[in-house]
Amino acid sequence: MALLEIKDLTLRFGGLCAVNTLSLEIEEGSIRSLIGPNGAGKTCVFNCLTGFYKPSSGDMIFRGESIKFKKPHLITYKGMARTFQNLRLFKQMTVLENVMSGMHCRTSAGFTAAVLRNKGQVLEEKKIRDVAEECLDFVGILDKKKYMARNLPYGDQRRVEWARALATQPKLLLLDEPAAGLNRDEKTRLIELMRRIRDERKVTIFLIEHDMGLVMKVSEKIFVIDYGVKIAEGTAKEVRDNPRVVEAYLGKEEEDAV
Amino acid sequence: MTAWEVFLQQLFNGLLVGSFYGLVAIGYSMVYGIIKLLNFAHADIYMSGAFCGLVLLGFLTPYIGNAWLGIVVSLLISMVAVGLLGVLIQRVAYRPMLKAPRLSILITALAVSMILYNTVMIITQGQYKPFTTGLVHESFYIGALRMTETRLVLLIAALALMLMLHLFITRTMYGKAMRAISLDRDTCQLMGINVYQIVAITFFVGSALAAAAGIMAGVYYGTVHFFMGFLIGLKAFTAAVIGGIGIIPGAMLGGLLLGLLEAFGTQIPFIGSQWRDVFSFVFLILFLIFKPNGLLGRIESERM
Amino acid sequence: MAETKQKAKTINPFGLAIEKLYDFFDNKTPRYIFMIAMTAFLIYLPLSSSRFTQEIMTNVFFYIVVCLGLNIIVGFAGLLHLGYAAFFAVGAYTTGILSSVYGVSFWLTLPVSIVAAVIAGLAIGAPTLRLRGDYLAIVTLGFGEIIRLTVRNLSITGGAMGLIGIQRPVLFGMVLNQIVHFYYMFFILAIIAIFISYRLHDSRLGRAWQYIREDEDAASAMGINVVSTRLYAFIIGSAFGALAGSVYAAKMTAISPESFMFIHSVMILLAVVLGGMGKIPGVILGAVIVTLFPELSRDIGQYRLIIFAVVLLLLMLYRPQGIWPERQGISSKL
Repeated sequence: MALLEIKDLTLRFGGLCAVNTLSLEIEEGSIRSLIGPNGAGKTCVFNCLTGFYKPSSGDMIFRGESIKFKKPHLITYKGMARTFQNLRLFKQMTVLENVMSGMHCRTSAGFTAAVLRNKGQVLEEKKIRDVAEECLDFVGILDKKKYMARNLPYGDQRRVEWARALATQPKLLLLDEPAAGLNRDEKTRLIELMRRIRDERKVTIFLIEHDMGLVMKVSEKIFVIDYGVKIAEGTAKEVRDNPRVVEAYLGKEEEDAV
Repeated sequence: MTAWEVFLQQLFNGLLVGSFYGLVAIGYSMVYGIIKLLNFAHADIYMSGAFCGLVLLGFLTPYIGNAWLGIVVSLLISMVAVGLLGVLIQRVAYRPMLKAPRLSILITALAVSMILYNTVMIITQGQYKPFTTGLVHESFYIGALRMTETRLVLLIAALALMLMLHLFITRTMYGKAMRAISLDRDTCQLMGINVYQIVAITFFVGSALAAAAGIMAGVYYGTVHFFMGFLIGLKAFTAAVIGGIGIIPGAMLGGLLLGLLEAFGTQIPFIGSQWRDVFSFVFLILFLIFKPNGLLGRIESERM
Repeated sequence: MAETKQKAKTINPFGLAIEKLYDFFDNKTPRYIFMIAMTAFLIYLPLSSSRFTQEIMTNVFFYIVVCLGLNIIVGFAGLLHLGYAAFFAVGAYTTGILSSVYGVSFWLTLPVSIVAAVIAGLAIGAPTLRLRGDYLAIVTLGFGEIIRLTVRNLSITGGAMGLIGIQRPVLFGMVLNQIVHFYYMFFILAIIAIFISYRLHDSRLGRAWQYIREDEDAASAMGINVVSTRLYAFIIGSAFGALAGSVYAAKMTAISPESFMFIHSVMILLAVVLGGMGKIPGVILGAVIVTLFPELSRDIGQYRLIIFAVVLLLLMLYRPQGIWPERQGISSKL
């Protein structure tokens, strides 16, 4: 059974249909991409998946359970984590504290434990720190753990965002334009990182991206969406040669060219 | 009195008090719509208006008496004066805070509110001041409804003000600009709209209306007090929420509705006048839980 | 590249001194010595000072407790609560009614008071914590008023005249009716409040509050249940207030709705904001200032509130982080 199934997902904002009867499946252990011209509705799909938007109709099944009406924190608890397109780190906190937030849903110390600092709580705090540090190490910025998040350069902030998502121990990781603003080198490292996430941590990846080269290199399967409708699905080669896809991208260019 | 007479009486009372709520609620809605701030000090603007009117009336009485002529002149001058006070407050206290975290600007508004009512408290030594007018209090009947000239004029005046505001919002450029800014401030600036000026005008108009309501309340109840803004602030806020915060016709509707709800609600055997305020607050909370966008509001969806 | 310590920002000598002080107190020994010395001094104080001083210090400790309670809601969780006096009233009236009407021993009323506070916190918080900050502020104000008006209207709470005849606590056969007894009671409560505040701040719950304050949606995406985490803050804060209220009731033996008005909620908030929301030493300082200021400036009497309001306004405009200085460098607790 697929890890994630989207069935006829529809999202309307007033009269505008941002997502229109979208259906797709993501198998466990894969890397899939969602591409499409600007404004095609890609981030809307992510927001629906993660519980920030309520779909108008359709359903989303994650690990066999419908997540249509669930709140974001529950969806994360179930194993779906995301990064944000415009990086939403906790700016006034350190890198380590940022990543520690991921472990919140995997731990349970409450008021009593906080006040008493019993053995269980101390062990749990250690575990939170250890997992956070491990995730920071995995993405390669453990040495910056004490820095304030707001002081890091953009590329490093990116990595903190990924580490934070990884700290939630997800089964499925949604990456919203992970390559935006990265240079060539950083993009190559990103591809490597994604493969490592899939292979070493056994996490499935679903990404939204604009950079065609990166998408073609890293995803086994690509979904193309335009005006909220899925217009193509297949391997990199199939999608690249698909006339509808070409038209969606080039057609847009012609409109703008006028 | 027969049941019908009671009904008509409460209907009128409800509309009258409701129109005061509505006039103040408009200010809340307008300011919230344009800068997304719940102006805590607005209720004290209402109170300032009442006192301003009182002082002016006292000053003008020897010249033009304190019947309708005196009242109207004081009202108009007070509206302008308090309107300018509102603009001043916005300029000094709120404008610098627009980029600050929400908590800070709310506390700033709280501070302004405290400054206003404490100043008046010190000046009046905390006493209730009578709002003496030379108006007649003879009652007459319209059908089964017992009426005084004062109350009739007040209601008509309040409704007239609301109508004028509605025309201002819908027919003038300023009104259009106000609505545009409340939808997308940055684009408005890019379009060449002088946002600061429009915000100032918004505060002016909202404060002027609240001042008018304050004076009318002074005439109606006969006394003014430095803390009179507190309760009406909460009620007017409730009205704004009921109608849909940020939506001006909603504020007017909400005000009238709340006034009627209170008037008829207190007729229910359990809820005497001592529970009236609790009754209104409960409505506020119910609305915020079940229909936070109010009766006329749209669902706001934020772009992530 | 980012630097670990932003010394460049604190060239001024005052800032450098602050940094040095922070560094000094980062070590355990100076911290513990300071705390022990302070505690010893405060324990000793009543033995060599007038009733007047004891009365003032008791008020200071009382204010520290309620301010720390509000600090959990406003400072840690970032929720603007304008009706905190209501929680304090719940505690006071619970103890008051149980004690004067039903003759329950003071100590037994304390757990009931806490339960009442939790219920009040849930009742107010559950429907409203999903709302935007501005709405929450007005709603908490409204709830504060509802509780005050309800208490004023019901006969079981003594109506507008209030409750009298609240019994004093009895400890090991001794009736606690001297000011010095309440000095120590509030002192102990204050110590407990400070202790709990620090423990909470550096815990999973404390961090969760900070995440929510920074970015509610991102926190939600990280698996934090925003509403229930905020509710926790409400309930814990309310419990602090209720406990303080209970002891207050025993101290005064008579309470009335006048003690729980909006202005009291505002003063507590002012103390928290003055010291610096969220910063425990700052909040303590704020509580001290707000309590001592009226005593040290008797003559300004009626101008007190205006001065406070102007100070608050200036604070928001020019130094919204409060008067307690922050350190400029990296977070200290790692």
